[in-house]
Amino acid sequence: MTGKKTIDLKVNLGKLRLKNPVMTASGTFGYGEEYSEFIDINKLGAVVVKGLSLKPKQGNPPPRIVETPAGMLNAIGLQNIGIENFINKKLPFLKQFDTPVIVNFFGDSIAEYVKAAGILNSAKGIHALEMNISCPNKQAGWSIFGTDPKVTFKVVSQVRKATDLTLIVKLSPNVTDIGLMAKTAEDAGADAVSLINTLTGMAIDIKSRKPKLANITGGLSGPAVRPVAVRMVWECYKTVKIPVIGMGGILSAEDAIEFILAGASAVAVGTGNFINPRTTMDIMEGIECFMADNGIKSVKELTGAVQC
Amino acid sequence: MDRLLKASVIENRQLINNHYLLTLQPLKKIRKPGPGRFFMLTVDDGLDPLLKRPFSIHRWTGGNFQILYRVAGKGTHLLSKKKQGDTIEAIGPLGNGFNVGKTQNNIILVAGGIGIAPVFALAETISKRKPLLFYGTRTKKEALCIDNLKSLGIKPVMSTDDGTLGTKGNIINVMKKHLTRSTLSTDCVIYACGPGPMLRSLSEFTKKHGLKAYAALEQNMACGLGTCLGCVVNTVNGYKRVCKEGPVFPIDEIIW
Ligand SMILES: Cc1cc2nc3c(=O)[nH]c(=O)nc-3n(C[C@H](O)[C@H](O)[C@H](O)COP(=O)(O)OP(=O)(O)OC[C@H]3O[C@@H](n4cnc5c(N)ncnc54)[C@H](O)[C@@H]3O)c2cc1C
Ligand SMILES: Cc1cc2nc3c(=O)[nH]c(=O)nc-3n(C[C@H](O)[C@H](O)[C@H](O)COP(=O)(O)O)c2cc1C
Ligand code: FES
Repeated sequence: MTGKKTIDLKVNLGKLRLKNPVMTASGTFGYGEEYSEFIDINKLGAVVVKGLSLKPKQGNPPPRIVETPAGMLNAIGLQNIGIENFINKKLPFLKQFDTPVIVNFFGDSIAEYVKAAGILNSAKGIHALEMNISCPNKQAGWSIFGTDPKVTFKVVSQVRKATDLTLIVKLSPNVTDIGLMAKTAEDAGADAVSLINTLTGMAIDIKSRKPKLANITGGLSGPAVRPVAVRMVWECYKTVKIPVIGMGGILSAEDAIEFILAGASAVAVGTGNFINPRTTMDIMEGIECFMADNGIKSVKELTGAVQC
Repeated sequence: MDRLLKASVIENRQLINNHYLLTLQPLKKIRKPGPGRFFMLTVDDGLDPLLKRPFSIHRWTGGNFQILYRVAGKGTHLLSKKKQGDTIEAIGPLGNGFNVGKTQNNIILVAGGIGIAPVFALAETISKRKPLLFYGTRTKKEALCIDNLKSLGIKPVMSTDDGTLGTKGNIINVMKKHLTRSTLSTDCVIYACGPGPMLRSLSEFTKKHGLKAYAALEQNMACGLGTCLGCVVNTVNGYKRVCKEGPVFPIDEIIW
């Protein structure tokens, strides 16, 4: 048995140091304020905020969410307050904590991504950027940035030039070869990759014969996607040298450890925050207990330790 | 104050076929919330249903609170199976409820179906001011709380779809007739909860007569806290979150 005191939960993502591997997933934690009622934000490995764009975005018409077996579909439509409002009104709150702030952002053109990264790079109190490439590209007929490796390479390498912050590329799972997408991000200069974003899905009301979401399709998250996410994390871990951040249906310490064994250096909790706002804290404590019970000194020992 | 709590089931009573009254005892002290606010309740510990479900506060009795609910699907069906002594996880009270001015008299309440749950809570807090209540249900059996309303001194003007109680037809039409007959005054304020079509026709009526009205809305919810942006409604001031800016909105703000 290892005492809890000697347990080392620290992990590194590029030059970013986290006190433990448990982060929040973008879009499920707002800008932190609402959850500070339930958890001590100081204890989180990192906070990842709702995806931001240069200008505020109003998002999709309702209904935007619908529950499906062991998961949910969302089509929020990337509603956000815009980078400037975030920096002026939300970032000051997050700065009070001793926890790295990771800003998730997106654009609808490469120029917008680059401009956004530049502005975020010069704001004080931001520790890393997470690029959401699961969003439509205006110049390419609104096809997704994260599904064509050539486009992915271009947008990531341009953003790389605009920031010296730790750059995480958040991969879309709606691709055939996730390893190739991770390798592309690595080659373009990413410091880490995070995955999975939501899987595109659809639900139909059989009485009215109408889609349950106004947007028709939406992104699936929650435990329903977990096995797919674990497999994808494992494939990325085998393909790239940069750290992998795993997410997709994590509700418990056991789920988080599964991702870490598959190759994740850190994990993020998304839908789990909705089910219980204390989920991140319970996971952290659970990982510590698991390590104590199994004589594991550093959580780093577990990354990629699956025996295939 | 942390609004995550556990509550113990005191009683889960079937009122009529698919309507239940759940009495919960919070396992930590909470202050009595205002009418129109709500709790997110865990209906089951498994993964399907996954998310908590929102329910209005119906009554508050000596530290216990009651939820009046209709079985609408899987989650509410599982909720109806809860037994005395079971514990339920809850988050709340959440949102902005009905806010009645202290000196406001001439109060009109409108409830459709299970919308009586929060409307009753409001009626109870302002009963001394003798509100006028219009209450529509599908059929006589589904007219709930009638005795409790009576002990508050409130006799609702009723309508049912099948004519088994009160006027046959929809409650907004009944209200229109009633109000034009008994001198409709513009200093009245209307508070309503019920199905979308009812609220929409109420909003047409209040717009036409320049009346002030507030409605408690419903929307699918995931977090209940304002973070997921899943529960928005379209308003004249852009999308607003039902869980955070609502569930009660000025009715003329809503774009139907
Ligand atoms: C603020 C608020 C207060 C409410 N108060 C009450 C109340 O006092 N009594 C009562 O009986 N009902 C109330 N409801 C409605 C209640 O939340 C839904 O009936 C319940 O969530 C349905 O869950 P289900 O699993 O049984 O149904 P499902 O099978 O999931 O769906 C059945 C119907 O319920 C709707 N629904 C599903 N999930 C949600 C959700 N998370 N939020 C809202 N609607 C949903 C669906 O769109 C569908 O029309 C309230 C809703 C809101 C938003
Ligand atoms: C309501 C909602 C909003 C989301 N918004 C974003 C977003 O703005 N940017 C982003 O990169 N991912 C977003 N995501 C994806 C999550 O960050 C996460 O990748 C995904 O939900 C899988 O994790 P989970 O199963 O733990 O939720 C969102 C997910 C949900 C459910
Ligand atoms: S339910 Fe999440 S913002 Fe309202």
